Amino acid sequence: MPLVKDGAPIVDPYVKVEDDAALPDGPVLVSAARLAAEGEAVFAGNRPVGVAWPNDRDVAELAPHLPRLSLVALAFPKFRDGRAYSQARLLRERLGFTGELRATGDVLFDQLLMMTRAGFTAFEVKKAADAAAFGGALASYSIFYQPAADGRTTVREARAAAAAPAPVRVAAKG
Amino acid sequence: MYVYDEFDSAFLAQRVAEFRGQVGRRLDGALTEEEFKPLRLMNGVYLQLHAYMLRVCIPYGTLSAAQLRRLAFVARRYDRGYGHFTTRQNIQYNWIKLSELPDAMAALAEVGIHGIQTSGNCIRNTTTDPFAGATPDEIEDPRLYAEIIRQWSTLHPEFTYLPRKFKIAITASKHDRAAVRVHDVGLRLHRRDGKTGFEVMVGGGLGRSPYIGKTIREFLPEEDLLSYLEAILRTYNLGGRRDNIYKARIKIQVHELGVEAFAKKVEDEWAQIRDGALRLDADAIDAVRGHFVSPDFDTLEDRPAALVAALADPAFARWHENAVEPHKVPGHAIVTLSLKPVGGPPGDATADQMDVIADLADQHAYGEIRVAHEQNLILPHVRQKDLPALWAKLKAIGVATTNVGLVTDIISCPGLDYCSLANTRSIPIAQRITERFADDARIKDIGRLHVNISGCINACGHHHVGHIGILGVEKKDQEFFQIMLGGKANAKARLGEILGPAIPESEIVDVVERLVETYLELRTSPGETFIAAVQRLGIEPFKERAYAPR
Repeated sequence: MPLVKDGAPIVDPYVKVEDDAALPDGPVLVSAARLAAEGEAVFAGNRPVGVAWPNDRDVAELAPHLPRLSLVALAFPKFRDGRAYSQARLLRERLGFTGELRATGDVLFDQLLMMTRAGFTAFEVKKAADAAAFGGALASYSIFYQPAADGRTTVREARAAAAAPAPVRVAAKG
Repeated sequence: MYVYDEFDSAFLAQRVAEFRGQVGRRLDGALTEEEFKPLRLMNGVYLQLHAYMLRVCIPYGTLSAAQLRRLAFVARRYDRGYGHFTTRQNIQYNWIKLSELPDAMAALAEVGIHGIQTSGNCIRNTTTDPFAGATPDEIEDPRLYAEIIRQWSTLHPEFTYLPRKFKIAITASKHDRAAVRVHDVGLRLHRRDGKTGFEVMVGGGLGRSPYIGKTIREFLPEEDLLSYLEAILRTYNLGGRRDNIYKARIKIQVHELGVEAFAKKVEDEWAQIRDGALRLDADAIDAVRGHFVSPDFDTLEDRPAALVAALADPAFARWHENAVEPHKVPGHAIVTLSLKPVGGPPGDATADQMDVIADLADQHAYGEIRVAHEQNLILPHVRQKDLPALWAKLKAIGVATTNVGLVTDIISCPGLDYCSLANTRSIPIAQRITERFADDARIKDIGRLHVNISGCINACGHHHVGHIGILGVEKKDQEFFQIMLGGKANAKARLGEILGPAIPESEIVDVVERLVETYLELRTSPGETFIAAVQRLGIEPFKERAYAPR
């Protein structure tokens, strides 16, 4: 499955490690269960650690681990199951996670822009053709009506900028 | 009217281009039907029994004359010369070819209309009072807030793949004409200590598990509207059920958690985001208000001589009494155009009718048209002195039937004539009821009476909240109809009670007539409406007569 990170195809450096296997050198991806069970021990050694977090578990549980996690992989078991969009925004906007946020599962072309807006930066794209067309997916819109995790300029901000200098409010509303 | 600026127009063009690409990828096989389905649904495209259907969004039911003309053009060019207005203030075309859909959409986008989020598991068109901006009994024009919600909810990156569809309705008037208590979120605008805000109701809805929405906040200041909605939607997106499509609406989440526990989750979430980027300060609200252009109303007197003279004609007076409502500006009136002619399918309008109505709106009503959830059209700003001339022209195109709010003003889903979900037909039942009650003096005597027909349990005809609700069920390949009595969708919304065993198709119109006759016999006076009589008497006397052996 092609991995696209920050807009470019890359080879996944993370090794997915079974719960009962020893952690190898280099970047590892562990399960939520392992992180919960082993806690600190997972971070022993200097390797980058990522966690695969299911979409029915509260991301607030991740808060104590976030400073040491370099990757959180969220799941789209079906592309119609949109729970991970909320999880992504909470990780970025509330919990302040700045590492790699990866979309996994049923990751398709027509959802890539929304995932990006929700804060994802890496994508295990299901179809090779979609991965190749990644840039096009993000370029399909330039107008965004609401603030999200991506910092794109919203219509409200763009209108305010276009109207500058800001109109002076003569009288407050009664 | 809200006037699109360059941002809105650019957005729409991008949306059409995106859909054109999606249709192309579907046609060449890059997208499977399973992958394409949610994408087309979020552009209003359904696959129905006979063809693709396009549902076009009419934001909060407001249309300009130019937009209505374009709807007529699309009906003529891409469909069979008519369209069907829905209970969610939208319009549907039933015979559009998939390959022509992008062109139809591009034609609509040129005048600022589209099918975005008229279907799919996303936030749908926010609906409101069709009399908004015209009625004297509103606190403020609710379309301002409906537009703010439209912008926030359009392609919302977090809430486009919800457990199920999500419908919001707003009213700003004591008389709730938007049925806010039977929506996923209902908002009632009111004032407290000089501040504008909303009562927030959650978890209403019809379908196979009908619920009346419950209030989770008595007063939400207007500046917090979007952050509070975002908190509700996030709570739903993360916690709503996804294991069973029939239990995936927010009403089930509210019901299973209990309204207090649900409200607490929302409030906890809201506390974290209320002071964030969604906060609507006065400038943000004024900026949207600035995009609304109100008619430059003429200075006119109420009851001008031309109107008074015309009222001497009993036929005109009858229409005036039935279809004309007071306006907030002197010398003006709100006029309802009945799309419920005797023997006709409820809510349909031909392209020719739409063109004439658009012209009449320009000539007599400042170029504005509304769609009501009762599936009628409304000219919200008519000069009273123009009413006689307007009436003559409306009559000529068949939209002046004097049945507004009466027994033949039937709300009906499309039923098995179009819909792939339906168990039974709905439109022919509606047509036969209008034929049975064709006598104008009789329906006037019967008075206010709402009949709602749904061809299946999904309840698109809102049968639970009809004074008489009719639900189509299939038994051994035969069409049967279950009757509900005593429902209503207004500020004191309640669900009807099932009258008794389902009735065969051949007897349904007779039974409706017997219910009406029972009411006429038992009412204390002509002033007691059907629904008041049902509430006073209970369903028993009606049940007795309905099922009495003949």
